[in-house]
Amino acid sequence: MTSTAPIRLSIEGVTKSFGATQAIRGVSLNINAGEVHALIGENGAGKSTLMKVLSGALQPDSGTLFVDGETYSPRGPSDARRRGVAMIYQELNLAPHLTVEQNLSLGREQSQFGFVLRDAMRPQIYDVLRRLGIADLEPDTLVGSLSQGAKQLIEIARALLDGAKVLIMDEPTSSLSRSDSLRLFEITKALAREGCAVVYISHFMDELREVAESYTVLRDGATVGSGLMKDVTDNELVTLMAGRPVERASSHLAENRGEELLCVSDLSGERFPQGASLVLHRGEILGIVGLVGAGRTELLRTVFGLERIRAGTVRVGAHGFRSSDGVDSRWKLGIGMVSEDRKGEGLMLDLPISNNLVLSRVDSVAVNGWISRSALVEKTMKWIQSLDIRASSVDAPVGSLSGGNQQKVALARLLHHDVDVLLLDEPTRGIDVRSKATIWNLIRDLAASGKAILVVGSHLPEMLAGCDALMVMQRGRLGEKKAASAWTEHSLLVEATAGSGDIHA
Amino acid sequence: MPENRLVSTLRSLGPLVGLLLVLVLFGSLEPEKFLAFQNIRTVLTQTVIVGLGAIGMTFVVVSGGIDLSVGSSIALSTIVVARVLRDGGSPWLAAVCGVLSGACVGILNGALITRLKIAPFIVTLGTLQIVRGIAKYVAGEQKIDAPASWLADLMTKSPSPAWLIVSPGVWALVVLGVFFGAVLKKSVIGTYAFAIGSNESTAVLCGLPVSSIKIRLYALSGLLTGLAGLMQFSRLTVGDPTAATGLELNIIAAVVIGGASLSGGVGSITSSLVGALVMAFLANGCNLVGVPNYAQEILVGGIIVIVVAMDRSRRMT
Repeated sequence: MTSTAPIRLSIEGVTKSFGATQAIRGVSLNINAGEVHALIGENGAGKSTLMKVLSGALQPDSGTLFVDGETYSPRGPSDARRRGVAMIYQELNLAPHLTVEQNLSLGREQSQFGFVLRDAMRPQIYDVLRRLGIADLEPDTLVGSLSQGAKQLIEIARALLDGAKVLIMDEPTSSLSRSDSLRLFEITKALAREGCAVVYISHFMDELREVAESYTVLRDGATVGSGLMKDVTDNELVTLMAGRPVERASSHLAENRGEELLCVSDLSGERFPQGASLVLHRGEILGIVGLVGAGRTELLRTVFGLERIRAGTVRVGAHGFRSSDGVDSRWKLGIGMVSEDRKGEGLMLDLPISNNLVLSRVDSVAVNGWISRSALVEKTMKWIQSLDIRASSVDAPVGSLSGGNQQKVALARLLHHDVDVLLLDEPTRGIDVRSKATIWNLIRDLAASGKAILVVGSHLPEMLAGCDALMVMQRGRLGEKKAASAWTEHSLLVEATAGSGDIHA
Repeated sequence: MPENRLVSTLRSLGPLVGLLLVLVLFGSLEPEKFLAFQNIRTVLTQTVIVGLGAIGMTFVVVSGGIDLSVGSSIALSTIVVARVLRDGGSPWLAAVCGVLSGACVGILNGALITRLKIAPFIVTLGTLQIVRGIAKYVAGEQKIDAPASWLADLMTKSPSPAWLIVSPGVWALVVLGVFFGAVLKKSVIGTYAFAIGSNESTAVLCGLPVSSIKIRLYALSGLLTGLAGLMQFSRLTVGDPTAATGLELNIIAAVVIGGASLSGGVGSITSSLVGALVMAFLANGCNLVGVPNYAQEILVGGIIVIVVAMDRSRRMT
């Protein structure tokens, strides 16, 4: 806390590029022993890349790192841990079928004749659990039976057993209850008092105010501001994150609406969404923005019948879906979806373009249960040409295409099915800039031809330019629908980051 | 694309090259015995049971599943055929009942896999035991003798009329191989099988009735297994509850040597049948040359590992 505290972690001019994209460009920051430092930035600002460099998962292109004044260039995560830098991941790496004690001693068991000496580790383990304020936790408890919050503490305990001096916490409260979050804040501050330096990443302003004393804001891979939390307002932080207001690239008209096609009211799923309502008109592009984990994907999946409807209704025209209705009922009534996960869900990468294209409606190319090769080729060629899909042939496996062309195949499936409502989850993720523009042009053309489009996206300038109207999702809840021209990056961010760990009623 | 075509051509030709190698090797070592018409006819007849099983297994494997219960199911089918004959049923009735018993086992497998959401390996490991037990129970734990009928001629080594050249079982295998080869490659259900095996999540996203498709695929596989059981009965001319023990592994080996991927999405009927022929000619050739049994087993095992390793490296490039 004092200004005389030694500098624990120092980052000087670190850069890292992936191909042509510069993920971080010359970032520098110092963190003292005993300091909790907030690292702030939009999705894609370079936080994760910087943390991966720190934790040894990535090697920087240039720049130097120091821990306690000594040069630090970890060869991998385990090397980083040996040097006292530990990352606490969002997804916890614990073995659920082992006990607390076994998890904590994993990889550092002391043994004799091949038998684990259980008692040898006990004093250290008790000591660490006491430092974390969970000395009452029975070391024989199975980790799988613990709450998310307790698991997180076990993960931190493991880092402490490694002698961590620098802790990196990435969105640590994203899956915690309010009380677990509060406990975590206390423990984080206590660890800092003991001399740890903590890098704390979160999107939530009040959470950062609670734990952190100082901050660094990243935008487009560069430091755009830093200082003490007490000297800055939330509004100033958001302005730093968003940068100057971005000019709208399109003069797209929001008035070309037709009749109401999709109506969602008070929709709740297993966890997210919570009481979400929206109306989508013919010819309209409605964008849903929000932080990662805010429940945007779950909203689309629940509307599409991939996740169970717990309460509320989804209607297309006069038809309302029951909670037992599956995905096939959505396709039948003219709703199609493009998944955010092309590899894992959206496409069959080792099968040809043609198979991927017609899968939702194989009967369109079949006679009496047999596929007509000529119909299949004809339909596939039609979409390859009209969407300008770059492929060597209709039989080329989809996995051999570029990301942008893969996405066109995923979209073409919906067009081939001739749906009226398109649910697009991160349609421009993981594709190059030019393909992004192509995909957005395609989306706009589709809307102009009378389709209704609901699109989830993370890149705010893109969403502001491409959508007619935008809604912000925050912890499973949808905010007010406003024309895209009524939003700015700044106002979207304010609404997306508004909540604390609390779920407002 | 030319490269892709090359890869897929190699994939389909690989097993054929292997078969040729086996034929050339033993053909040069023991030309008189190995290449004798009578011997080839015998080997073809020996391939029928594994071949029919491999057709069904290919559908299951392409869809990402596996069926370990086929050996037991074949035994049950021989018992059913023998009992129907013994109790005075006509050969036709016995044949139909035998085939249907296999289909029932298939439907049971499919239903358990989809309703209980248990991995196919585990479910069929269970039904392997259950069906074997049922076969023994139905048979009263002994072989069932059946009155002579034309069913015994299905797998005869010298068919009559003589213009058939090979046994009716071989012809059945050829016809069904061609038919189901087309079904897998060109029908809607075949397309669905590839889709589910390649990426089940995509199949769900596209609204396919995944569970019902899987049940149909296991039922189809069971139907062919039942037919393999009928051929097994024809060969033994009795119902034997201990018949075909471990035969599922030969059938899976044939499918794998044929280039199908056990993780689903890849496979073809013709290649699986070539795989079955490789195994049959290899065993026959080894016997003729006088390779001891243990060496044969090591050889077959080695071939399986090498084939899969080659396939893997081919896909990496």
